[in-house]
Amino acid sequence: MNRRKFLGAMGVAGLGVAGAEKVLAAEDGVTGASVKDVKGLPDSYAVLFDVTRCIGCRQCEDACNYEQHLPEPDVDFFDTGVFQQIRRTDWKTYTVVNQYDDKPPGAGDLYRKIQCMHCLEPACAHSCFVKAFAKRHDGAVTYDPNVCVGCRYCMMACPFNIPAYEYHIALDPLVTKCTFCEHRLKDDREPACVEICPTGAMYFSTREEVLKEARVRVVNNPDKYQSHIYGEHEMGGTNWIYISGVPFEDVGMRMDLGTRAAGDYTSGALGGVPLIASFWPVLLVGAYAISKRREKIAKEERDSFVSQIIAEAGPEAGRRLAERLSRSETLDKAAIEEEVRKALNEAAAKTEREDH
Amino acid sequence: MSNHNHHDTGQSPWITPFNVIAGLIVLMGIYLTYLRFTGGLAAVTNLDDYYPWGIWISFDLLCGVALAAGGYTTAAACYIFGIKKYHAAVRPAVLTAFLGYALVVFALHYDVGQPWRLAYPIFVQQGTTSVLFEVGLCVFLYLTVLFLEWLPAPLEWLKLKRVRNIVIKLTLVLTVFGVILSTMHQSSLGALYLILPSKMHPLWFSSHLPIYFFVSSMFAGLSMVIFESTLSHRYYHNKMDKEHLEGTPHVTFGFAKAAAWIMAGYFFIKLFGVVLNDNWGYLPTFYGFIFSLEMLGFVALPAFLYAKGVRDKNVKLIKWTAVLAVFGIIFNRFNVSLVAYNYHLPSELKYFPALAEIGVTIFVVTVGLILFKLISTRMPIFYEHPDFKGSH
Ligand code: SF4
Ligand code: SF4
Ligand code: SF4
Repeated sequence: MNRRKFLGAMGVAGLGVAGAEKVLAAEDGVTGASVKDVKGLPDSYAVLFDVTRCIGCRQCEDACNYEQHLPEPDVDFFDTGVFQQIRRTDWKTYTVVNQYDDKPPGAGDLYRKIQCMHCLEPACAHSCFVKAFAKRHDGAVTYDPNVCVGCRYCMMACPFNIPAYEYHIALDPLVTKCTFCEHRLKDDREPACVEICPTGAMYFSTREEVLKEARVRVVNNPDKYQSHIYGEHEMGGTNWIYISGVPFEDVGMRMDLGTRAAGDYTSGALGGVPLIASFWPVLLVGAYAISKRREKIAKEERDSFVSQIIAEAGPEAGRRLAERLSRSETLDKAAIEEEVRKALNEAAAKTEREDH
Repeated sequence: MSNHNHHDTGQSPWITPFNVIAGLIVLMGIYLTYLRFTGGLAAVTNLDDYYPWGIWISFDLLCGVALAAGGYTTAAACYIFGIKKYHAAVRPAVLTAFLGYALVVFALHYDVGQPWRLAYPIFVQQGTTSVLFEVGLCVFLYLTVLFLEWLPAPLEWLKLKRVRNIVIKLTLVLTVFGVILSTMHQSSLGALYLILPSKMHPLWFSSHLPIYFFVSSMFAGLSMVIFESTLSHRYYHNKMDKEHLEGTPHVTFGFAKAAAWIMAGYFFIKLFGVVLNDNWGYLPTFYGFIFSLEMLGFVALPAFLYAKGVRDKNVKLIKWTAVLAVFGIIFNRFNVSLVAYNYHLPSELKYFPALAEIGVTIFVVTVGLILFKLISTRMPIFYEHPDFKGSH
C-alpha cells in the first residue's frame, strides 16, 4: 500500500490527518498495567498479515535489514534454502519468513512472517525491571538501550519468543527486536516490510480498521479463511493481526496462549506484597512478645525454685527436686537441671567449707 | 569456658589439599572472567535466544537464595520464637546467608549483559510492574540486613565494643526485617515464572508457585543448617565452644523435626495443586516421571527419613537426609527453570550448560567456601567471644 492510499483509508475511517496526529502525539509511552486505560488502542497503527497471500519471497526480510541498518545476513535473501528450517528472530534479524507444509496438500506452500507482535499489554514491558520497554500510543513497543541492564527477563517473558540478545558483544550487549519502524510511523509512513511486499500480504492502518478489514475478509470468504482473527485477543491483544486459511497451529502459531495479558498473571503475586509487609511485623512482634513473656515467667519460677533449693540444700534436696521436675511442664528442664546442679554444688561446697 | 583456640600459635601449613584445589579453581575463575568480559556471554555460555537464563540463574540465583534461607529461619527461631537453644546455630547460619547472598549478587555480574547498571532498577528507573524488580529490591535490602546481622562478629573480633553493643540492640528489628524480606523474595523467585505460563510445563506451573518457593525455602534453609553443621563439625570442631557443641544436637533434632513437618505440608499442597489443575494426565509422561521423582524421592522420602531420624534419635540418618533434601531443592529449582521451561521446544533447541558456564558456578561457590573459611577461623562464629559471653 502506498502513502496516498493509506491516507485515503485514514480519511474513510473518519480520522483524517489531524486524528492521526493525535494518535502520534504520544510524548510518553504507556507500559504494562497502565495501558489498560487505553482500551484496545483503536487509533494506534496496526498491520494485518494475511497468511493466504504471502508467497515467501523474503523481500520484507531484506527491506527490514536495510531499513534498520542490520548486518549482512548469513544467507542471501534470495536463497530459499533457509526454508529447510524453522528460523526465529535474532540480533541481526528482526523479522523472519518461515515455510510450512500446507494441509491439505496441493494448495501451494504456506508462509508466515514473524516479528514483534506489538502487544497491547506487552509481557516484555511488564517484566522489565528498569522499564526499558514502552507501549506507545502509536502502537509500537519500543526499547530504550540506555537503561537496559541485560537481565533478559523480557526474553523469558515474551510469549512469542521475539526479543533476541547480542550474546557475542562483550561490554554493551543489547536486546534487539522489531521496532514497528517507529521512525516511519512518526511520519505517518508504513513500515518498510509492509511497503515492499509485492502481494499485499500486509495491510497497514489503525487497529480498529485492521480488525474491520480482517472481519470483512473472513466473513466474505468463509471457505478460504479460518474464522479466527489472531491477535484480536491473544495475550490481551496485539497490534499485528493474522488471518489464515489453515489452522493457526499449522503455521506455527500457538492457540493456547489465552486472552489474559501477561501482566495479569503476576499482579496477584505483586498485590500480595503490601499484605506480607504489613502482616508479618504484627505476627512476628506478637510471637516475640509471647516468647519473651514465657521466658520471664519461666525465669521467675526458676528463681524462686532455685532459692528454695538453696535454702533446703542437703541430701534430701535432690530427691524432692526430681519429684517436682517430673511434675513441672512449663519449665525448661535442661535449664532447671543446670541451675539445680549449680545450687547443689554450692551447697556442698558450703558444707565442706564449714566442715573444715 | 570455651575450649577453642583461636590464638593458635601452631603454624598451619599453606600447602593443604583445600588450598591447592581452591587456588586452582580461583585461577580458572580468573581466566573465565577474562573470557566473559572480552568475548561476551557467547564465549563462555550456551545461552541463546530461546534460553536467556541458564544455570547461573538456576543454580547461582534460585538455589543460592533458597539454600541461604537458613539465615532467616534460624534467626527467627532463636530471637523471635525464643527457642534459645538454637542460639549457637545463629551465627554460622547468618554468615552462610550473608555470603550466599553476596555471592548471588557477585554471580549476577557475570550473567547480566551490563553489570555496571545492576543498580539502575533501584536508583535510575523503577520497573515496579516487574517481579524481578521486587526480587532485586529485596535482595539488595536483605543483603544489607544480613550484613548488619553479621556485623557483631567482625566488631567483636576488632574489639569495637561500643559499636558492637549498638548493633546488637538492633537484633530484633533486623530479624523481623529479615523474615519479611525473605518471605517476599523467596516467594517472588517463584513468581518470576508466573508471567510465562505458556512456556512452562503445567506440572510445575501454578499460580501458587510463589507459595511453593517460599515453603520449600524454609526446609531448604533448615536442611542446609543441619548439613552445614556436619561439615563444620568435621573441620572446625576445635573452634567450637561448649555452647555450640551442646547446642548442636538440639539444632539437629529440632530442625529435622520442623523440616519433616514442613516437607509433609509441602508435599500435600503440591499434590493438591495437581488435583486442582487436573494434571493427572501428565503423570505417565517423561515430565510426569521427573515430577514424581522430585515429589516422592526428594520430598516425601526425606520428610519420612527426617521423622524417623528424630524418633530413633539417629543423628547420622538426619545428616544424610539433609544432604538428600538439599539435592531435592536443587533438583526442584532446576526442574522449574530448565526442565519445565520451554517444554514444548524440540529437543535440538534445548539448552545444556557449557563447561565454562559450570566452571564459573564452581568458581563462585569456591570463593564462598574460601571466604567462609577465612572468616570463621578468625572471627567468633562457632564460639562466643570471651569478652561478650552471654551478652546477647
Ligand atoms: S511480541 Fe514479545 S517483544 Fe513484542 S511486544 Fe509482545 S511481548 Fe513484547
Ligand atoms: S534485558 Fe533489558 S530490556 Fe529486557 S528486562 Fe532486562 S533490563 Fe529490561
Ligand atoms: S516493522 Fe520495521 S522493524 Fe519491524 S519487521 Fe517490519 S521493517 Fe522490520
